[in-house]
Amino acid sequence: MSIPSFMFYFFEAVAALSAIALIFIRNVFYGALLLIICLLALAGIYVLAFAEFIAVTQILVYAGGILVVIIFGIMLTTKISGKPLVVEHAYVFSGALTGISFFILFIYFLSKESFLVNPSAVVQANFNSINPVGIALMSDFVLPFEVAGVLLLVALVGAAVIASSTKSKKI
Amino acid sequence: MFPVEHFLYLAALLFSVGLIVVIIKRNMIMVLLGIELMLNASNLNLVAFNQLHTGSNSGHMFALFVIIVAVCEAAVGLAIVIQVYQYYQTSVPDEVSELND
Repeated sequence: MSIPSFMFYFFEAVAALSAIALIFIRNVFYGALLLIICLLALAGIYVLAFAEFIAVTQILVYAGGILVVIIFGIMLTTKISGKPLVVEHAYVFSGALTGISFFILFIYFLSKESFLVNPSAVVQANFNSINPVGIALMSDFVLPFEVAGVLLLVALVGAAVIASSTKSKKI
Repeated sequence: MFPVEHFLYLAALLFSVGLIVVIIKRNMIMVLLGIELMLNASNLNLVAFNQLHTGSNSGHMFALFVIIVAVCEAAVGLAIVIQVYQYYQTSVPDEVSELND
């Protein structure tokens, strides 16, 4: 087994196991850390799928942004008692039934499909993918890019306004 | 290049796990984590299928914008969670049921 394929299946195993552990974990803080492990493993998979820019964005955004925001959220929504926040489970049977039946349906339909491509042509065409991504962002996708910037600004201002505790105006 | 099916199986697993987490956890932050997991499963599918279309970057672009929207969703969602916690003193979604009474 070559090194890239070993890394690919290693990252897949890490992502799958940390996601499955997220179901059973009862501490929210450990849940957030497991989610970050899963997302970083996904970033490794993106690198091996010729999507280096997406991988770097994933690491920057999730490890740098979402993790900090989620941990602040956990700290601000626990009573200060020193005890870890324990999550109860509810609707376990219906949740497991929904998820497992979805999974079986996905696997059934995926196993009936076949995606045949020429691997060497794919490797040749995707060898350097950061340069075309940058050019596409500034030419074909410049309008969605600017709209995404405005969306980020609006979300930032909206989150700050919602989270600021103005006691006079209760919802 | 790795088989596309293996990406898709992992994405199917991540989506199902995210759905289970959203349904069974009785904590708003855990529900948000489950939503993030489902969005990442869709991202993995986009990146995997972009490999099949040589010379096109549309899958990468979609994945990039999905990440941006996920960031906005997480920020606004956690702000709402904090405000609901300050008002109701709970972070269990089932206990926020004033409209039910």
